[in-house]
This record gives sequence, C-alpha cells and structure tokens, in this order.
Amino acid sequence: MVAGFFVAIMILTVLLFLARPWIPPVASQHGNGIDFLINYLLLTSGVIFIAGHLILSAFVWKYSRRGAPPYRPLSSRTEWAWVLLPVLLMTAISEAGVLVLGLPIWEELYGKEPKDCITVEAVGKQFEWITRYPGKDGKFGKVRPDLVHDIENPLGLDKDDPAAKDDIVLRGPLHLPEGKLAQVQLRSHDVIHSYTVPQFRIKQDLLPGFTTSARFRPVRAGKYEVACAELCGLGHYRMRNEILVEPEKDFQAWLSQQKGWFE
Amino acid sequence: MILSQELHEHHEPAGFLRKYIFSTDHKVIGIQYLLTAMFMALVAAFLAILIRIQQAWPETAVVAPETYLSLVTMHGTLMVFFVISLALVSAFGNFLIPLQIGARDMAYPFLNMLSYWVIVPACLLMIASFFVEGGAAAAGWTAYPPLSALKEAVPGSGLGQTLWLLGMALFIASFTMGGLNFLTTILNLRTKGMSMMRLPLVVWTFLISTILGLLSFPALTAAAIMLLLDRHAGTSFFMPAGIVIGEKVLSHGGGTPLLFQHLFWFLGHPEVYVLVLPAVGIAFEVIAAFARRPPFGYRISVYALLVIAFLSMIVWGHHMFTSGMNPYVGEYFSTATVLITVPFAVLGLNLIASLWRGRLRLQTPMLFGLGIISAIGTGGLGGLYLGTAASDIYFHETYFVVGHFHFMIGTVTFFAIFAGIYYWFPKMFGRRMSERLGMIHFWLTIIPMFSAFILMHVQGIGGNLRRTYDPSSYAFNEPVRFMHVWITVLTFVLSAGQILFLVNFFWSLLFGRKAEDNPWEATTLEWSVSSPAPHGNWGAELPVVESGAYSYDPSSSDKDFLLQAPSWKTSQ
Amino acid sequence: MVFLGLWFLAGCEGGEEGGGNPPPGAGTTTAAARTGEGAAAESKESAAAAGPQKAWDPALGTATVRGAVKFSGAAPPRRPIDMGSEAKCKEFHQEPPLSETIIVNSNGTLKNVFVWVRKGLEGWKFPVPTTPVFLNQKNCTYMPHVQGVQVKQPLIIRNSDPFLHNVHSLPVRNRPINFGQAKQGMESTQQFTRAEVMVKFKCDVHGWMGAHIGAVDHPYFAITGDDGAFELKNLPPGVYTIEAWHETYKTQTVDVKVGANETKEIGFTFKG
Repeated sequence: MVAGFFVAIMILTVLLFLARPWIPPVASQHGNGIDFLINYLLLTSGVIFIAGHLILSAFVWKYSRRGAPPYRPLSSRTEWAWVLLPVLLMTAISEAGVLVLGLPIWEELYGKEPKDCITVEAVGKQFEWITRYPGKDGKFGKVRPDLVHDIENPLGLDKDDPAAKDDIVLRGPLHLPEGKLAQVQLRSHDVIHSYTVPQFRIKQDLLPGFTTSARFRPVRAGKYEVACAELCGLGHYRMRNEILVEPEKDFQAWLSQQKGWFE
Repeated sequence: MILSQELHEHHEPAGFLRKYIFSTDHKVIGIQYLLTAMFMALVAAFLAILIRIQQAWPETAVVAPETYLSLVTMHGTLMVFFVISLALVSAFGNFLIPLQIGARDMAYPFLNMLSYWVIVPACLLMIASFFVEGGAAAAGWTAYPPLSALKEAVPGSGLGQTLWLLGMALFIASFTMGGLNFLTTILNLRTKGMSMMRLPLVVWTFLISTILGLLSFPALTAAAIMLLLDRHAGTSFFMPAGIVIGEKVLSHGGGTPLLFQHLFWFLGHPEVYVLVLPAVGIAFEVIAAFARRPPFGYRISVYALLVIAFLSMIVWGHHMFTSGMNPYVGEYFSTATVLITVPFAVLGLNLIASLWRGRLRLQTPMLFGLGIISAIGTGGLGGLYLGTAASDIYFHETYFVVGHFHFMIGTVTFFAIFAGIYYWFPKMFGRRMSERLGMIHFWLTIIPMFSAFILMHVQGIGGNLRRTYDPSSYAFNEPVRFMHVWITVLTFVLSAGQILFLVNFFWSLLFGRKAEDNPWEATTLEWSVSSPAPHGNWGAELPVVESGAYSYDPSSSDKDFLLQAPSWKTSQ
Repeated sequence: MVFLGLWFLAGCEGGEEGGGNPPPGAGTTTAAARTGEGAAAESKESAAAAGPQKAWDPALGTATVRGAVKFSGAAPPRRPIDMGSEAKCKEFHQEPPLSETIIVNSNGTLKNVFVWVRKGLEGWKFPVPTTPVFLNQKNCTYMPHVQGVQVKQPLIIRNSDPFLHNVHSLPVRNRPINFGQAKQGMESTQQFTRAEVMVKFKCDVHGWMGAHIGAVDHPYFAITGDDGAFELKNLPPGVYTIEAWHETYKTQTVDVKVGANETKEIGFTFKG
C-alpha cells in the first residue's frame, strides 16, 4: 500500500503540474529566459522525481514480499561506483541551470546599464507606492527626508533644486511604453519593501538608505499589478500599484499631460 | 576516560524531584525535552490553524492583519527552534548518544540539566509575548530590521519583539550548553571498540549538527544583541539615516539592514541542516532495522554528511538574491548552493539502495522512514529552483518557498520525530505504542502533508506571495486561490491525525503493553539494555564493541542480526 | 543574560518617554510634534502648580469667550489629492478632493483651527462624558479632519470603506495605536489617558489621509468651521490663556479675563 502511495502521489503531482500553465503569462523580454530556465528545471527535476519514486515504490513493493532474493554484502567499489551516478548527474543538471541558463539572464538584469531606457522611480513606504518621473529635464530632483509631507510633498522634493521642478509625482498607476527598456529606481522611506510584478518576472528589494533598481522590457500592452514582496507591516498584503503598458504614442500623450509637482 | 567512568560510583537519585524534575540523567532530560517540544508543537499548530483559516476565508477576518503577522512569526519561530530542534536534536540526541556509544551519561550531566532548565524560561518568554501590549513579535521569524527595530512600524515590534530576542538568547545559550555536551561526549566517551566508523549514523548526524550549530549560532547572538541595542539604546547597527515615519525623521544613521540579513542567514541556513541531518540519521536507523540490512554506503554517507555541513556554511546568501546585495556575490552563492544537491542526491540514493534486497517489515517506524526518503526527494528538488538565482527572482517570497521549507523542515523532520518516537518509545518508557493507531496516524499525516505542501509549490508558481493576510488582494492570485481552501481542509485532517497520535502516546505511556529489551531486533547498543533503560545504562561493566553498528545477516535462518556488543549481558 | 534582559525590559516601558527609541524631540521637524511636546511640558507644569481640584459645579459656568480666527495674506492654493492607488475612492470623487491642510474660508477666516482653554481651569475637575466621539474613515478621508475629545472620553474609530484602513496615531504623551481595520463596519473604541494637543492620526495604506484630535481635560474647546468662528460657552469666571492651533501655522495664544455672565470677544490672525 505504501508503494502504491508513492506511485500515486508521483502521478498526481505530475498531473497537477501539467494540468494548467500555472505561471502567469510572461510579459517581459528577460522573462522568457527565466521561463525557459524554469521549464528546464521542471523537466530535469521531473525526470529525477518520477524515476526516484518509481524505484522507491518498486523496492518497497518487491522487498516487502516473501520470496525476494536476500541481501548480500556489496564491495566498497560497487558502492562508490553507484554513487558516481548522482554526483555526476546532479552536478551537471544543477550547474547547467545556474551557469549556462542563469548567468546570461543575471547579466542582462545587472550588467552594464543600457543607454536607451526610460527611467522612473518607485518609492515604497508603509503601505503605498509613490512613483516619480524625472520630467522633461530627464533628471530626478533632490529629495530630503525632512521635507516629507504626506499631502503637500510625499517624496520630500527639494523646491530649491531646479531639477525637481518638473518631477512628476503620482500615487496612481505607473505608465510605461511598450517595447522600451524600463529601469525602475527603487527607494524606501521606512522599512524593507520589495517591488515585484509576476508577469514581468521581476523582484527587487527596496533597502532603506540605498537605491536599488529593477530592469525589464515590457513586450505586451496591458495592465499589470505591482505587489510588495518583503514583509513590511500590517498593510503589506495590500501594498499594491498598477503598471499600464501602452503603445509609445499613447504613453507620450499621457506623459505630456502630466504636470510637475511644483508646477 | 573510559577508565574513569568504570571506577565512578553511581548513586541512583532518590525522591521525585531529583528523579524526574531536576535530573541529570540524560534519558530523563531527553524525555523532558521531548515533552516540552510536544507541548510547544500544540501551541505552534494552533497558530497554524488560525493562519490557514485566514488564508482560506480572508473575508472572515478571523484575526486582525497585525495579529496575523504575529501568528506567522511565532509559528515559524516556535516550530524551528522550540519544536523541531528541541525534539530532534535535544530530545533524541540526549536520549540516544550515551546509550548508542556505550557511555553511562553525558560528559557534563549538570550542564545538561541546566541546558534544559534554561529552555523552560525561553519557552515561557515566547508564550508570554502574545499577552503583552502590541502582541507577539510580528516581523517574521527572520526579524528583519527596520521592521523589527521600530515599534512604530508594526505593533509586535514593541515589547513582543524584545521578548522574542530574549527568548532566542536563552535558546542559544541552552543549545550551546547542550552542543558542548554532545561534542565532548561523542568524541571522548565512546566505549572500548567503538571507533568513529562503528558509530550509528544518527550519532554522526548529532555530532555534525552540533558542530554546525556551535559555529553558526554566534552570528545570530551578535545580531540579536545589536538589534536589542538598536531598539533600546539608540544605536544604528542596522538603521540607515533618513528613515521617515509619520513625517518624522528618525535620528538613526550609519547602519544598514543588509548586515542583519547576512548575520541572520549565516545562522539561518546551517540551522536548517542542523534540523535535517539528524532527521536523515534517524531515517538510516529505522530503515536499517526494518529492512534487516546495513545501510548502503555507510562511509560514503558520512562523507556526504560532512560535505553538506561544510557547504551549508558558505551558501547563506541564497536567501538574499533580491536583497540589493552585489549581484556577483549572488552568482557565487547560487553556484555553491546548487552543489548541495549533489551530496543530498548521494544520501537519497543511499537511503533507497538501503532497501535493495532487504526484508522489509512495514511497521510504523519504517513507514515514516520511507516517507522521509520520498519527502527528501520531492522537497529537495524544489531547492534547485530557489538556489538558482535567476529563477529565484520569480520564486522568492512566494508560496513556493513556503512549500519547499515545509517539506524539508516540516515533513522530513516531523516524520523523523514520529519515526523516532515509535521506534525508541519502548526504550524510553518500557512499553509499546499501538501499532494499529500508528498506522492510521501515518496515513492521516502523510496524505495531508504531501498534498498540502505540493499544492503550495503550485501556488508559488502562480505567483502567490507569502505572509499575505488576504490573498484576494491581487488579481494574479485568482487562479490558485482555491487551493488555500483545500490546504486548510487538509490541515484539519492532519490535526485530527495528530490528536490520535497524542492519544496513542499518552495511553501507551500508562497502559501500553510492556516491552522487551529489543522489540525490533535491532543491532545498535541501546537495544542491549533493558526497556526502559536503567539509570547508569550499563551497570557495573561497560559494553565492549566488536563490530560495526549494523550487523544484519540474512543468511542465518533463526536470528538475522547481531548486537554491537554481543558479550555484554543485562543481568550483571 | 537574565540581568541584561531585565535591564532592557525596564528600559522599554511606557508610552510617554517612548522607551529606548530616540527621544521624540531628537530630529523632529514638524510643528505638530513640537506642539505636542510643548503642551505636554506646560500642562505638566500647570498641573503641578495647581492645588487640589474641585468638582465642577455647572451653575458657575456663566461666561463666554468667542471670536474668529482670521487669515491674512493670499490664500494658498489647495492641492488636489491623487487617490489613484485606491480605485474605489478615486471613482467615488468625481473631482479629486482638495487638500485640507490649509483651508481659507471665503470670509478670510481659517477653517479647522482648534481653539481651547490652555491655562486657567486647573482648579476644576470636570466629569467625563460617556457619549463617544467618532472618527470615521469614509471614501478614503477622515471625518472630521480636526476634532476635540475629553481625556478618557470614548473615541470610536470606524471603517466605513470596504477595504483596509490602518489606524495609526502618533502621540507623544499617550499610548500610540496602530491597528488594521480590514472590513467595512469594523469599529474600535479608544481613549486618551492624558491631555495632549494635538494627536495626529494617519492611515498608512492611504498616505494622504490625516486627522488631528485634541485631547483635553475639560470641555472648553471648539473647531472653526466655514465661518472661522469659535465660541467657548459656560466658562467659570476667571483669567484664561486661550490657544488656537492650526496644523500648518502652529499655535498662538491670547490671554483674556472674563467675569460672571460676561461675554468677551477675542481674535487670532494667522499670517500666510
């Protein structure tokens, strides 16, 4: 019966994983690479999972019955020979994933910053996202924590900094142009937060005292949810924002209608 | 050492207090640890039930959002440290080590007793934290600052977090005392003939676990002290400048939250191996006894355990891939982390091969042992997705992680605890547990646990994040949200099974069938003494070991095994 | 380790000093907090200076102090509030509601000024009303924006919206509260144990939400409305320091002496 259970759970698990594409459809360029990596892992670990359980079940079934041939001592050489199998197999599978498939993605996300990208800023604070565009001058103005006022100046923009005059500050959805590389600069006002959009396959912690960034190229227009992915307090589960990806023309039209915070 | 043990006069303690409460006998201390762990498990399980109700039916708001965070924090903390570590390492380690190595007691019996009585106030502090203003700590079992440092950030970061830190300090003190005992005893008090390579595998795992813990806990001690200072003395180890809460700029400056993460995970990662390795050790013990053959690849398994232990100390950064640390450091951690699958695969193969041509006796301890093998494989493979940095970007902080660690330090470790209890119950209490109730307990445990935690992996693939009070907050959760209800129902079934186990345990304690010395016909030293094991274990003469720990011989027709110290007799 | 533990436990007690966290004064830059501290220091002094308190006799309350809070200068524009992060709230308000931080009425007076008797009533012990005051969270705004309550009088905080609001108060002398009300209709009853003018309430989920509550030992307080007027009735005759508090323009005080059955007019002017 135990043998049967292992076979059953193995089959049910495989069926469950195959029943539906559970992962939300990918909508970023590097996300395709991540999905390929995940599918590679599903395939390789799946084969090991199935084979391992079949062997386990077979052994349990065969050797709990009477009449099976009894154990005889094995030489140390035989034992070492068998061990070579998992050593070589697991090393190959695991490091192929990390080094062959993973490294290029890592390089794409963290390597040298590309020239042609649109930079925005997402500031996380308990429990909301405040987004900022640099405005026509393309530069983010200086911010000071002592200038923060929840209504009049949520980011603490320094009015005396000329670069801050045209910064666009929003509590609402973030707009991005379709097909263009986006770099979201991330800052936190209080505790650690994390910026994640499942469909874009991005996740980056916001570390107070530092500026981190998330990089992705959205390839499909639509509405996407941003969630906070690092426990930040009682409202963590609802720290939500939206990203609207739209064709470049519509994005520019929308952007031109936005006013700078101090205008 | 052995000489001094033989000459040492052993006085049997008198009086109820000295015999059962303030005892220095390693067996009593081991049982005290076990009972304490079982009590804390009830507390932690109750928290889990509340969590599951909230996840399945968030519209009921069965608890407030800030309370929910205290629940997940304390469930994790209590389970990792006060249930699994207590049961697997402290309880079984204390009970088994002297018996299995042929010693009369631990090297420092008084220190041993102290280690238990330091745990008791630690448990009380943790439980008390629920009843103070602001409630129990609510920043996760990982306690990342600034959330855990600022009482304005979440109510549990008030007095609750302070009590948590003090409780952890006491726990670490207790673990250190116990660890030193284990280490010294295993290295110095082995009886004549008991070379290191003749040790039962579970003793190897206690040794390695202990060394891992002793090397890595100091990092958490340091982090806890620094966090206490940041909270109460105005320091800024982990607090950068410019934190704004309620339009007020805090006066901290100069620190970084990343430092805490490094220190925490420097312990945090080896810690999970401290828990899993003894579980693997117990699996080897029960499988050997119930397959009637020695484990496959004893020496290889020892080397695999050592490789796992070494690697586990240099991979902590895989918990921090998205933390903002240098991505190239992340790439190193990823490369090292996935290498751990190699020795684990070796252990998995050895465990399965230990069944080959055995004569399996499918009694309750063996059933749980077999479950451990499947759980290591199923849960362990999930580690690949998390250890590979690029895929971890997607899976980090999702239910995939929750499913993975609940397989490894939920299913694997609890199965080992159950296997160990069913197996060594006769040696502890001189009675047998009900085999029939044991079987029912097994099925009521394996089916819900496997099902629930596999479902969690799928929820993670769907993007469902963890520590989220209300999963309906995000539309992308919708396709997998129904699984929360299934998992919660499975949790109820699981709880029913555990009630059955407790009934079996306590009823058998009082009324179970009396056990003979070696009811399982096993070979390791503890089965040479009477059941329950007597005070002083060995009487006047210590045993002399004549062979390895697993002398099973299927070719002989009547008796297919040989005790490790065959010439030692109970009646002396 | 036990002693270390006891030391920390002793150190972290109490809402007043804020435990071991850096003292509220350090690094504070906003007016509200400074006001709270100042009020705290002064009330402590005056309470210490006063003798034993007499139970209040309503027959003595015959005087009235009233007036208006004027605003001089150009009325600053009110910024529209972007409620974009909460779809339901954004939809409810056809036009984005305007910021309430500075509201200058059409008659040149200032709205939402908290006017109260700061000094002069230390000799009296006033009964605490049992009727509650309400702080309602509706359509992602606090209603009312500014109000007063007596010490120990029940304050019922209600969530009238169908989603989470986080009630987070930032007092200096009272115990801070920080809890979530996840469902519509949830209510929580709180009270202030010490006088404090003013305590800020905010919602962390909806950062633009803010309310201010003044907790006083007596019932003599008023909040200016659309006409900028205030009236403190049924005062016992005596010499009083009346303070006007505004969330942006901080505080001003006026001393007034009023006799039995007398009505005195005072005024405040805040400069923009």
